[in-house]
Amino acid sequence: MFTAVLYAISISFLLFSLARDRKKTKTAVLKAWKSFANLLPAFLGVLSLVGLVLTVLNPDVISRLIGAETGFKGMMLTSAIGAVTLVPGFVAFPLAASLLERGAGIMQLAVFISTLMMVGVVTLPLEISYFGRKEAFLRNAMAYLFSFLVAFIIGMVVS
Amino acid sequence: MKNLKAYGLFLAVIAVDLAILVYDRGLGARIIANTSRNFLQMAGVIPPIFLLLGLLDVWVPRETVVGLLGEKSGIKGVLLSVFLGAAAAGPLYGAFPVAGVMIKKGARLSNILIFLGAWSTLKIPMFLFEMSSLGYKFAVTRWAVDVFGIIIMAHLIERLLTREEKEEIYRRHAADF
Repeated sequence: MFTAVLYAISISFLLFSLARDRKKTKTAVLKAWKSFANLLPAFLGVLSLVGLVLTVLNPDVISRLIGAETGFKGMMLTSAIGAVTLVPGFVAFPLAASLLERGAGIMQLAVFISTLMMVGVVTLPLEISYFGRKEAFLRNAMAYLFSFLVAFIIGMVVS
Repeated sequence: MKNLKAYGLFLAVIAVDLAILVYDRGLGARIIANTSRNFLQMAGVIPPIFLLLGLLDVWVPRETVVGLLGEKSGIKGVLLSVFLGAAAAGPLYGAFPVAGVMIKKGARLSNILIFLGAWSTLKIPMFLFEMSSLGYKFAVTRWAVDVFGIIIMAHLIERLLTREEKEEIYRRHAADF
């Protein structure tokens, strides 16, 4: 659905641009292609890594690892899983909801959801190529610590 | 040769995949199925994003972006960055090329970081979905804490980077996005 809208928007912009200025449009398409070709190796690397990690750490394994035990140890584990995996939200939220029903702690799940979204270990190569090592390290480290704060606040509000 | 090095990660992962396939056929087959699905998803989402960015790069003048998101954009720039990120959809790796064009056009670094943060955690469609699966208390609390956290962290990162490091980031995107 989102993809269809995206295509509709970009194609209509392309046609509009073509009608206004052929030369500029050609430059735009060439630039788009050049950037895409530059990034292709990083994209392929990241996506194949996601395919590997996601399959090995499937929801069953994740849920077995977390179990019902709580405490800081559980949070360390869920935050580490959240940081390295790249599960889309529409998979992660129902998974978290079902784990919650089976007795997992709210803070463990909150830190999982938060690190999942904010910390990207597998997207690091891409981020480094855009922002350099220092930014990538700072942003991911801060986001990781911040996820614990978020989890504690959610734990206080929800329970 | 430079090209081969760029594909290093990809080739290494594929080698691991093949090794797993030899030892555990079922698991290996699932990995390959998931990986191909990821590739197909990328093949679907990425081309229109890049096409849009190419058009954006050619048509939107630098002054416009500097005015809206640049050094002097202030609170307006912050709010616009949150909005742009939250209104987006799609995986985070789609956000990096967008950030690249924004850097090229002279957006302030902290605003770009806010945009990235909003894209990763504040997306509206995801928020609605989160509310229905984990409850409104969970979702609203996370959203509210995240907005402040993202803005604070973005400014913190901007301060922690030296001027040279920031210039290097902008130089990186001077030609391409």
